Amino acid sequence: MATATLEPDVDQSALFEFLLRIGDNALILGHRVSEWCGHAPALEEDIALANTALDLIGQTQLWLGLAGEVEGEGRSADNLAYLRDGFEFRNILLVERPNGDYGKTLMRQFLFDAWHYLLLKALKGSAEKRIADIAEKTFKEVSYHLNRSRDLVIRLGDGSAESHRRMQEALDDLWPYTGEMFVGDTIDAALAGAGIIPAPQSLKIGWDEIVADALSESTLVKPADGYMHKGGRRGVHTEHLGYILSELQFLQRAYPGAVW
Amino acid sequence: MSSEWPLWEVFIRGQHGLNHRHVGSLHAPDAEMAVNNARDVYTRRNEGVSIWVVKSSEITASAPSEKGPLFEPSNSKVYRHPTFFDIPDEVGHM
Repeated sequence: MATATLEPDVDQSALFEFLLRIGDNALILGHRVSEWCGHAPALEEDIALANTALDLIGQTQLWLGLAGEVEGEGRSADNLAYLRDGFEFRNILLVERPNGDYGKTLMRQFLFDAWHYLLLKALKGSAEKRIADIAEKTFKEVSYHLNRSRDLVIRLGDGSAESHRRMQEALDDLWPYTGEMFVGDTIDAALAGAGIIPAPQSLKIGWDEIVADALSESTLVKPADGYMHKGGRRGVHTEHLGYILSELQFLQRAYPGAVW
Repeated sequence: MSSEWPLWEVFIRGQHGLNHRHVGSLHAPDAEMAVNNARDVYTRRNEGVSIWVVKSSEITASAPSEKGPLFEPSNSKVYRHPTFFDIPDEVGHM
């Protein structure tokens, strides 16, 4: 595992950056979803959401663990999760959106899962073996996440008048945060050129299909593509991330080095 | 909210070739979600290869008051309890 199978010309700092991006998405969304633990509308939903959160946090360990290895400065996944400041986080803004009501949490999950699914599917064929291995492992979990969030979005969208209204509101509210998933920069271009990741834009057609399909079944109306918020992938976040980190990192900040 | 959902009994087959075993129950609005919920509640640790769910209300149970007639065998009819055969060693444990 430890030997890199990288093309020599691939910039390690670009690879590190990509691993932070994918790892931070899992970490921040995992934390957000875990906020429901003990509060979901039904016991079964509570357990299912906690499972999703645990899956995502498990994936974080793999991605950030590899990030630390690639960086080569001795930072572990825990170091990266607990000891970085907000501007060093590389997650997209969508995953730091507040949970809102249960419908909104599920809508966010669905919009993310559809993308996450396509991304991991493509990463299974990455030229960097360590990335392909993690993708292989996590793809199954994420396929289930997508099944579940898609199913619930359809049920609630095509449910009662009240659930339909709430799901449409959630969709309209979250839509401007979906554009960031498909905007590439020079880091993406370098890694995509080396066959390590798919170009972000290339996932858009598949995502549009999955989303359009579910929305039509759910009787929800796809919002028009207007202004899209972005910045998370280069460390420019909304105020919500600070609150998440203050809770997530509290223990290690207050008691440095504390262990169970 | 969960009190509005019907109760389902969950049966899981642990390995190919074994019977489905009752593992517990849960609430869900319909069969498809009951299977999903069963996956999340009961099979997170490789417990199963197959899930059955059935609405609890569809199960007909024997009444505890019928315990005697149903389950207490007539001990005087010794031929019902084949305990007096010699089992050859090759057969092993029965």
